Amino acid sequence: MPGLMGRFTLILKSKFSKALDRAENPSETLDYSYEEQRRQLQNVKRGIADVTTAKKRLELQYTSMQQQVDKLDGQARQALGAGREDLAREALTRKTAVQSQLDGIMQQGQQLEAQQQKLIEGERTLQAKVEAFRTQKEVIKAQYSAAEAQVRIGEAATGIGEQMADVGLAIERAKDKTESMQARANAIDELTTSGALEDYTSSGDDIDRQLAQISQSSDVDDQLAKMKAEIGQGEAPKELAGGEDPKP
Amino acid sequence: MIVRLLGEGQWRVDDAVAARLEELDEEVAKAVEANDEAALWQGLQTLADTVRSNGERLADDDLSPSDAIIPPEDLSLEEAHELLSGEGLIPDRERA
Repeated sequence: MPGLMGRFTLILKSKFSKALDRAENPSETLDYSYEEQRRQLQNVKRGIADVTTAKKRLELQYTSMQQQVDKLDGQARQALGAGREDLAREALTRKTAVQSQLDGIMQQGQQLEAQQQKLIEGERTLQAKVEAFRTQKEVIKAQYSAAEAQVRIGEAATGIGEQMADVGLAIERAKDKTESMQARANAIDELTTSGALEDYTSSGDDIDRQLAQISQSSDVDDQLAKMKAEIGQGEAPKELAGGEDPKP
Repeated sequence: MIVRLLGEGQWRVDDAVAARLEELDEEVAKAVEANDEAALWQGLQTLADTVRSNGERLADDDLSPSDAIIPPEDLSLEEAHELLSGEGLIPDRERA
């Protein structure tokens, strides 16, 4: 067994030696290859930009989920204040569920971020290599015309073939990775916008209405108590109506 | 000998380092046979690090052919199997 490095070397070498050998016009092949590298690199850049957009959307999701958590927490307090422990318990249960989803998404978001950073660094390296290839190919083209077409120009031709294969393969892999990251970011995004992660505070079910009612009524009571204090009526505050079944 | 890290560049390493790379390469191949992706990545990373820290970096516009080319550090197990079975990583639709 030749080992992985051995196989990889053999395969790459056989590919790039063919690439220039079979070319009718090596100069054209080199130019074409360079244009192709640039085009592909643009795709990688666009891909990275798309991932950034997807990540921004995720951040908005975090924020809205955090707001849900805060809101449910506030509702739980109010429910408790109103003597409705059942509702407070329900609100806290929902809060815990949202919180654990939020934690999961944040963790995935952080992994995405780390991968994206790597991809951006890789893209910069590739950019430098594509630029270097531009210079190299001009050197080789000059040698080809000096030695007349089809004449082997030895090591340098092998060298540039290797550069071509290297940059080509590296770009291809960067592109694949960008695409899979986009897919992943979109999947997380979809998860948060679809029913999988329910918006517990806006579902409008009965419990939700009751919680909202508590919130509203205690709001009203607060205001009332404040007003009473202002106009100097010393009545006992906060006789909440939370025990009654609210009708929407 | 001259070693290339895919997508990164070329390094010149001495014989002692080259021998070390051969050993590491065998371990990597074993990891692939054992279907151990973590060991595969670990091995590839060690290979690359050995080159980076012991080699002399060639300029980006150097056109020397390499004696060995090290696969990318995040090569998947699937890609590694393809490599060893002779299918190769690079599709034949490579630019003509």
